[in-house]
Amino acid sequence: MTDINAYAGAPEAEFGDYVALLKPRVMSLVVFTTMVGLLVAPVDVHPVIAFSSVLFIALGGGASGALNMWYDADIDAVMTRTRNRPVPSGRATGGEALALGLVLSGIAVMMLGLAANWFAAGFLAFTIFFYAVVYTMWLKRWTPQNIVIGGAAGAFPPMIGWACATGGISIESLLMFALIFFWTPPHFWALALFMKEDYHKAGVPMLTVTHGRPVTRRHIFAYTLVLAAFAVALGFTSIGGPVYMAVAVVLNAMFIAGGWRIMRRTEDAAIADGYRVEKQVFRLSLYYLFLHFLALLVQHWVGAW
Amino acid sequence: MVMPMQTEHELHRRRRSRNVGLGLVLAAFVTLVFALTVVKVRQGDLMEAYDHQPRVSELPIEQAAPATNEKEVQQ
Repeated sequence: MTDINAYAGAPEAEFGDYVALLKPRVMSLVVFTTMVGLLVAPVDVHPVIAFSSVLFIALGGGASGALNMWYDADIDAVMTRTRNRPVPSGRATGGEALALGLVLSGIAVMMLGLAANWFAAGFLAFTIFFYAVVYTMWLKRWTPQNIVIGGAAGAFPPMIGWACATGGISIESLLMFALIFFWTPPHFWALALFMKEDYHKAGVPMLTVTHGRPVTRRHIFAYTLVLAAFAVALGFTSIGGPVYMAVAVVLNAMFIAGGWRIMRRTEDAAIADGYRVEKQVFRLSLYYLFLHFLALLVQHWVGAW
Repeated sequence: MVMPMQTEHELHRRRRSRNVGLGLVLAAFVTLVFALTVVKVRQGDLMEAYDHQPRVSELPIEQAAPATNEKEVQQ
């Protein structure tokens, strides 16, 4: 028994574990939508300031991810998908996640204020608060509408990007918000239909568990209809144009058709073919959001209305 | 027979990864702040805020320009 040492049970975090606390995959979506929101705005921004703004908004998003991992370590430990995150797997402590989240939030907000403007910085602070406190601490464990309202946190980044350039809010940035906001529920519920995670065991109310799968299927279809209205409306604003409109009409028709097929299916039919339609619609939803924002960017380059 | 005095513990690899990572992040941050400063100065942004006393250095550049024009007109 001579090779026992004090470190065996408590491995210290390495740098990559701190990076993992910032949810880099979520961050990539934040970077892209923020960049589009900033670039399509009618005010030209110096490339260095634009780069810094996107970086600090992404850092703020990452910081809220670390706060989420601090608070939700008990849930993450129960569910298969999240069990290997740094805190539940023991590679980082909850205190480290909390400290990293708070410090990086402060740095991100202050630096965004200095690089861009203080309206955008305040907006970023509100977004971090919304995700870490409103979504993670209040809504997630309390209501099956958690995903709907929490989706707002993911929908703010293009608005912050727009605010970095213009210093304010306008109909274009509100509609970019609506595009992500109404996209989130069908995207997540399609995932929830075929992932069948232990949300119930973890104490997270999911619509599939609280109201059943047929209700979830109807909700998905309803949201694709609302989403289409806002997506097309964005095409009529000053940042819209023929390219965006063409992309929006095709993608929304496909998404509504997908929502319709999900709604018309019974659970038995879904189990029989291994949730083929649900998986298709989920994959489509990823392309849906990426291509809409890409279309906005292309439309900006070729000239809007 | 020569034995290595000590093998590196896995702990030290993790610590080095943290130290090198933080070092690179700090270097990148310093570079970024410097680049931001250069851009802000070139754009003519105000470098100082109001500090209880009006100073020339915090007056917008646009206000200073017409004064020189007036002198030229008077001459």
